Amino acid sequence: MIMLSTRGLESRNLSGSPARMVMRVSEQHDRPKGLRAREAFLITDSNLPEGFGLYMAFAKDAASLGGLPSQAKTIILPDELVYLADGDVMRLWPKNNAIRVLYRRNSFHNHFLLTERCNHYCLMCSQPPKNIDDGWIADDVLAAIPLIDPSAQEIGFTGGEPTLLGDDFFRILRAMKSYLPRTAVHILSNGRLFSSPEFAKRYADIRHFDAMIGIPLYSDVSTIHDYVVQSDGAFDETIRGILNLKHYGQKVEIRVVVHRQTYARLPPLAEFLARNLTFVDHIALMGLEITGFTRANLESLWIDPVNYQQELYRAVSFLADSRMNVSIYNHQLCVLDERLWPFARKSISDWKNEYMPECLGCREKENCGGFFASAKIRYSDHIGPSPSSESRKGTPASFSI
Amino acid sequence: MSKFQPLSDYQQSLVDGYQLLPFRFTALDDREYVLTNQAGEFIVMERSTLEALVRHRLPATNQFYDDLKSKHFIIDHDSSVAMDLLPLKVRTKLGRLADFTGLHLFVVSLRCEHSCPYCQVSRQSDNKLAFDMSVETAEKALVLVFRSPSRGIKIEFQGGEPLLNFSLIRYIVERAEAWNLAERRDLQFVIATNLAVITDEILEFCRDHDILISTSLDGPADLHNANRPRPGNDSYERAIAGISRVRDAVGRDRVSALMTTTKLSLGRVREIIDEYVKQGFRGIFLRLMSPYGFAVKTKWFKAYDVDEWLEFYFAGLNYILELNRSGNSFTEFYAATILAKMLTPFEPGFVDLRSPAGVGIAAIVYNYDGDVYASDESRMLAEMGDKTFRIGNVHRDRYEDIMTSDALLGPIEESFAASVPMCSDCAFEPFCGADPVFHHATQGDVVGRKPISAFCTRNMAIFRRLITLMRDDDEVRRIFVRWANSR
Repeated sequence: MIMLSTRGLESRNLSGSPARMVMRVSEQHDRPKGLRAREAFLITDSNLPEGFGLYMAFAKDAASLGGLPSQAKTIILPDELVYLADGDVMRLWPKNNAIRVLYRRNSFHNHFLLTERCNHYCLMCSQPPKNIDDGWIADDVLAAIPLIDPSAQEIGFTGGEPTLLGDDFFRILRAMKSYLPRTAVHILSNGRLFSSPEFAKRYADIRHFDAMIGIPLYSDVSTIHDYVVQSDGAFDETIRGILNLKHYGQKVEIRVVVHRQTYARLPPLAEFLARNLTFVDHIALMGLEITGFTRANLESLWIDPVNYQQELYRAVSFLADSRMNVSIYNHQLCVLDERLWPFARKSISDWKNEYMPECLGCREKENCGGFFASAKIRYSDHIGPSPSSESRKGTPASFSI
Repeated sequence: MSKFQPLSDYQQSLVDGYQLLPFRFTALDDREYVLTNQAGEFIVMERSTLEALVRHRLPATNQFYDDLKSKHFIIDHDSSVAMDLLPLKVRTKLGRLADFTGLHLFVVSLRCEHSCPYCQVSRQSDNKLAFDMSVETAEKALVLVFRSPSRGIKIEFQGGEPLLNFSLIRYIVERAEAWNLAERRDLQFVIATNLAVITDEILEFCRDHDILISTSLDGPADLHNANRPRPGNDSYERAIAGISRVRDAVGRDRVSALMTTTKLSLGRVREIIDEYVKQGFRGIFLRLMSPYGFAVKTKWFKAYDVDEWLEFYFAGLNYILELNRSGNSFTEFYAATILAKMLTPFEPGFVDLRSPAGVGIAAIVYNYDGDVYASDESRMLAEMGDKTFRIGNVHRDRYEDIMTSDALLGPIEESFAASVPMCSDCAFEPFCGADPVFHHATQGDVVGRKPISAFCTRNMAIFRRLITLMRDDDEVRRIFVRWANSR
């Protein structure tokens, strides 16, 4: 688990600053002077280049801050942010002495939350929606994009529902294309707004070279999908959105969260996808993240993954045999039928990825995606070091159909 | 918790009932019925459930309700997106029609050095060059080939034994490739040959022009040689040696083989399949004899009936499934074609099992004498004196006249399965096809009466068997899904 935001830090001279400052972190002493005013310098020794907009130091190096001119803006960082490095991008919230790390150059898991508003209210939402005016987030993202390293492999956009930003949604994607022309984009959206052909065309017209929209579909049956997302009519709009996006040649990924309300229809859902949406680019079958609304609804959502292996195997093998591109996310190898291991991906973002005490000594740990940090609340009863293939036979996860 | 609504809140509109989308049904066995929709999706249920369904009495709580809705057999007030998806699926199935003619067969010689009693093309055994295609005829035929709008063009050299006129094959390949520099089609060549007279020169040519070889292999040596006599009685030995030479020179998967079932094959299906496994093929097409040419004259065609053939076929299918169950991937290609119709959104486009019929609009034949035929079987029939399906001549007729001739459009329209008596009501129609030439040859009518049609009997039995096998065994279902997606 990596901490991305922190507040109440010890600072100097921050009063009079703008309400929010999006800054690139620098460790370069010879940074061109013209760039320094908009960057935050991370102090690691007593060598202090002049002119940076902000100077940051961990407590152990805090004494060095004394060598700065008296008007220099400074902040002392908690040790949890030790990973912070040159090229990262952060937001400073002077009023609260708060920092949020927006982009880590050394990570493959960089996501921007674009809004907390949503037109769904999913039973297992990990980021419960808020009906607030948070348009300022888009401004920060637009400020951050030009600061991101152009060699970044992929940037994700999440929410809430990112498409609810409307014009700003398209503005952000155009900025990605303009400033980061070699960076892939992944967007998590429920796809409903794309049910308008005009909206889908507007998106396609950006002509981004590698943008994928990950769209959740929780059932092949409208009533169940609508129930899971707590919104009547969602299924039809989402399907029409997918059809419109593919009509315009856009990449679409289907995301299915597997839980007590969805596991039973995984096999028919797989058939539905292969038959009706055969042109989607990727299908991810995902384990539950025990956070947000999932905690409130845990008893109606939780099923030990060991108990849905038959449905998962049938769905995955049907999709794979139908030549569809399918992956399993967020599942520990020890709860998966071994025939499914080739489909399992290490999908959990590094900053919230953990392993349990039972994992100690497991020889598959390197290959296993592990847990969400939140899994300590509830995880499978069948976690344990991977035994040899021989002794696996007869364990609950192993069966024949 | 109160801010979340229960599932029942999202099911309220279901009390208003459902509407039926177009589907057909038929008894699968004495236990259950199979229902099919226009996109080839199917569902198996007991008669009582079917009766409740069609009488609008199936409750939303029934275990089949969600499956019927998901597969677009019914539509209810909660969701209307079936009206977007079902037409899309039907369009996808019919999409190949727009491609038009992709397979172009050139009968470059009717001569053959084999003397098979089941020969369906009535080969000529003497050396009369009158049965060779001329350069002038080939040139005119190529003009017609490139008039086809199809992006993919496959030119297949047929005989007789086409290699007896190899100089013309060489001419056609080089001319077509030159032409294609401007046309930029996806151009492929196939030579259908018994491999007996193949030479290193021919192999090098096949390698340099990436030509596929399709050969005949009827089974083990004694069976093959009894079916396929030639001077020296060494057809099998030459075929096996040829297969290995093609693999060495051209590539592992550049040679395929076809078998024909004869009266001598009956009871030996395992040996035949074993021969294919032994020769390193990844599958087999268990093919029956057609009522044309010498096969009729010698009465080899009548030597077994459709029921005997089905017994042979199902025994073969069972054996192949055994092979797969024990971990050996091996495909029966006819089943795979039908399974693609059943288990994928696509139409495999097999010319002998599609509706509208593939005659002319999927495959077309340029005969050695310049006549144009609607299919391979059409020219076989012509050698027997019946030129019903002669649709033109490369020297005399324009492309437009050939493709709009009554001899072509009449049979296509009349035999279109979705509007043919009995076929139009048949639950298996989405998996089936139209064969106007077969029905004309056997019943004197391009539609034919289905209860006495061996085509109908055979395919219905196979459809039933494939569905039953999948219903009864999940492992078979998984094997079938792989076969369906194997091409």
